[in-house]
Amino acid sequence: MSGWVLRASGLCKGFTLHLQGGLRIPVLRDTGLEVAAGECVALSGPSGAGKSTLMRLLQGNYGADAGSILVRRPGGEAVDLAAASPRVVNALRRDTVGHVSQFLRVIPRVPALEVVAAPLLARGVAREVALARAGALLRRLNLPDRLHGLPPATFSGGEQQRVNLARGFAADFPLMLLDEPTASLDAANREVVVGLIGEAKARGAAIVGIFHDAEVRDRVADRVVEVAALREAALDGAA
Amino acid sequence: MNGNDEPILSARGLDLSFGAVRALDGVSVDLWPGEVLAIVGESGSGKSTLLRVLAGEAAPSAGSVTYRDADGAGMDVHGMGEPALRRLARTEWGFVRQEARDGLRMGVSAGGNVGERLMATGARHYGDIRAEAARWLERVEISADRIDDRPGLFSGGMRQRLQIARTLVTRPRLVFMDEPTGGLDVSVQARLLDLIRGLVSDLGIAVALVTHDIAAARLLAHRIVVMRNGRVVEEGLTDRVLDDPRHPYTQLLVSSVLAA
Repeated sequence: MSGWVLRASGLCKGFTLHLQGGLRIPVLRDTGLEVAAGECVALSGPSGAGKSTLMRLLQGNYGADAGSILVRRPGGEAVDLAAASPRVVNALRRDTVGHVSQFLRVIPRVPALEVVAAPLLARGVAREVALARAGALLRRLNLPDRLHGLPPATFSGGEQQRVNLARGFAADFPLMLLDEPTASLDAANREVVVGLIGEAKARGAAIVGIFHDAEVRDRVADRVVEVAALREAALDGAA
Repeated sequence: MNGNDEPILSARGLDLSFGAVRALDGVSVDLWPGEVLAIVGESGSGKSTLLRVLAGEAAPSAGSVTYRDADGAGMDVHGMGEPALRRLARTEWGFVRQEARDGLRMGVSAGGNVGERLMATGARHYGDIRAEAARWLERVEISADRIDDRPGLFSGGMRQRLQIARTLVTRPRLVFMDEPTGGLDVSVQARLLDLIRGLVSDLGIAVALVTHDIAAARLLAHRIVVMRNGRVVEEGLTDRVLDDPRHPYTQLLVSSVLAA
């Protein structure tokens, strides 16, 4: 495998807080990042450096003020997520950009198994196949079968995060964004996640992650980059 | 490509005033097949008026609404005439009202409420209609042994579920929903939202959903339109509008919601 899956450049992002008298908070300027198939890049830097903001831009959750985010779809087509319409962003989230947040957003009454299978069902995978894969992933993450049919609302933080991880790894996304994936896990489950990341890389996924746990980071990351160092010097003329 | 590349419903430049109040002021929106669009804003923002104009129930003073049918033919909602509009409302469209009694026939049994919509689309065999009505009652979690009860005997949440069964039984392509969870207990709301979420995604219907409930919009909608004083002040991907709001009013709206 070769070639980039993600190529972001010239990204600028700030926030204007209208309720605070129009206060401007600049976060990212002229930021660029390229990640190849099979490569895992860990973002580092102090709190407030813009790691989470960059991750949110890459999944389309925040809108960029400037710059482009080219992602390679499974068919090879490159699409600029920063300029894409909402419908295209939704399509990219179905087939190209996977995401594991720090916390599971619980939907009332939806059982864990369905939560995990949802990304597969959204792609049109047959229901039995999707549920079987979901169950296998939950088992691998040591979530006992008796919990699979229950909504995760009453689960512990660690159990919820394992449901979240299973959901994130259920479908084979070309690009995966992992925001502190192992934060609330015990050693055994951390090992499982390291394995899942390794398998994703082996099948050619590009991965961008924030890893609080230095040991996990050093084991999965091919590069560790400071967000501040992603500023593109060539575009820096106006500074 | 398939027919999903064209909006199922397009509104352009809608204006409507009530006296000095501009309920709609140059509103344009699109809705695509299979998409849930939430229209949010507070009371008086014009969101319910917009829904009524989109559904042909109120006429705009300027602007147009175009519906594209299954064959891809565009139809002018406000120019097609009352009979054609009524036929659409009975067949390809559905409307879920905030007040279940506005969307149900209160003097008719639960099964009759569901069966009536089926008959309106041509079903004639009594046994089939009753069996399909029973299936839909179960689907909206109303026990089939309540099929002969009138909606007046039902709780508010059950009535709303019955209204949803009555609306969806004919598998409409486009459904308008006006505050479908308004006035219900929070636990009942969650059940109803989950039910709507499942049915809408299973049936692949397009939904224009008016709500003041930001959490409901986040749960159900692919896209969101924020209205204020009859205007669309912000629109886009649901989670982006809610997590990265640009307009001062959207920022106020989002910051006013209690996190749950």
